[in-house]
Amino acid sequence: MTDGLLIIGSSQAGVSLATSLRALGYDDPITLLGDENHRPYQRPALSKEWLQGEITNESLMFRTQDYWTEHRIDVVKNERIVRIDKHGDGSGVAHAMSGEEFAFARLALAVGARPRRLLLDGVDLPGVLYLRNADDALELKARVPDVRDVVVIGGGFIGIEAAASLRKMGRSVTLLEAAPRLVPRAVGEETSAYLLDHHRAAGIDVVVDASVRRIVPRGDRVGGVELADGRVVPADLVLVGVGVLPNTELAESIGLACDNGVRVDESAVASDGVTVAVGDCANLPNPVPGAPEGDRVRFESVNNAIEQAKVAAYAITGRREEYAGIPWFWSNQGEVKLQIAGLSSGHDNTVVRAEPDRGRHSVLYYRGDRIVAADCINHPLDFMAVRGALAKGLAIPRRAAADASTALKSMTVDPATLVAAD
Amino acid sequence: MSKVTYIDHTGETRIVTANVGDSVMETAVRNGVPGIVAECGGSLSCATCHVYVDEGDLASLPPMEEMEDEMLWGAAEDRQDNSRLSCQLKVTEGCDLHVTTPATQV
Repeated sequence: MTDGLLIIGSSQAGVSLATSLRALGYDDPITLLGDENHRPYQRPALSKEWLQGEITNESLMFRTQDYWTEHRIDVVKNERIVRIDKHGDGSGVAHAMSGEEFAFARLALAVGARPRRLLLDGVDLPGVLYLRNADDALELKARVPDVRDVVVIGGGFIGIEAAASLRKMGRSVTLLEAAPRLVPRAVGEETSAYLLDHHRAAGIDVVVDASVRRIVPRGDRVGGVELADGRVVPADLVLVGVGVLPNTELAESIGLACDNGVRVDESAVASDGVTVAVGDCANLPNPVPGAPEGDRVRFESVNNAIEQAKVAAYAITGRREEYAGIPWFWSNQGEVKLQIAGLSSGHDNTVVRAEPDRGRHSVLYYRGDRIVAADCINHPLDFMAVRGALAKGLAIPRRAAADASTALKSMTVDPATLVAAD
Repeated sequence: MSKVTYIDHTGETRIVTANVGDSVMETAVRNGVPGIVAECGGSLSCATCHVYVDEGDLASLPPMEEMEDEMLWGAAEDRQDNSRLSCQLKVTEGCDLHVTTPATQV
């Protein structure tokens, strides 16, 4: 019997790789190893439905134990790999902190990312939390009943989602963002402005251009957050969501090229030509058709984890498939359902489709006359229309799109037919 | 006992014993039934858990809300009158639901 495939990391990317391999008929042993003491579970709801108590722990689970058993996927919990010995053919042994050893014929890294830590006085006080995994979420949820004032540091998706959930749970919430607008990395200015207005109206005290000086104690635990202007925002709980860093240490230790993630090719294969890397830890060629040659990206999304795992599964079974597709993202923030299709980077103009009375607000991003992405708030029809058009290489004329009362799906055209007026 | 019967586009049938309160999507995914992707985990964001409900079972289901209706217009395989997103269909006590999965979800 061979040693089979060892997948380090049992979140979305690792699970998708294992299940894709079995779906393809891959028959070698698979070990799916995670460093948390939980069965493989889904993370997106931790800041949203799960935190608010709308769904159970069980509904977060990826698969039943029967599935793992029947498909001969050996799920290993609570083992942290600290060292890997790898041979030239890609096989080797992974050593866990516990002393356990996991031999492999081939290695897959689905090691994810970790929260970027704040480097400020007071960040180690009890009551200063991060939110990445189930244990973080369990701690947060356990503290909420005793909390009145929450300060969230970081106005990205995680920070806003958690802030909106905590507000809905009746807490007084202040959200601090260092940039002049919310989610500056992932959405455009019009969407940021909408989110700012919405979340303020929902009762969250959102402060942009916020410069945090330190976390101040009250007794032996957190008491507030001091801003650069000297103002102290009181807090019984501080939640920090200021981005993540890809976990590349193991990959670097075995000589794999890394640069903002483990560098992989279109098939999710790393620089040694045999190890694969998938999900948040991977730095990959931009999969959008027509993307600039050599452009590389690193995604933090479920869609990417699933799609990249599929091509990695093909690579492991000896069939080369290239990852190409339209990335998409979602973020539920209280009453805001934000769906993003495509990548807006490089856009030079926008079209806004707003229907304020219905809470709908879509921003379409164009490069010249070609649509490249859309942020859609409470507007699944627009989201699905843009995602579909991008996937099929169709255009949506700007002039027509500006009419919010007409469905985008009815406007899609062959880009060759666009005229200057569009 | 509650159960859901999943028929894929080739006609292959899988019968799964289901837990009351779980969705038809969750029941499929956790048990490894192919044909339902459910990228968003049931938060009505992706339309990759599209199913065609057996005509005889349609009346037993709650009507769809606007968000589900709109998402279905973007499903990878065209919607029909009996289309639903399976994340919105809850398993009830003693139910015996039959759904057919489309050839593709993405």
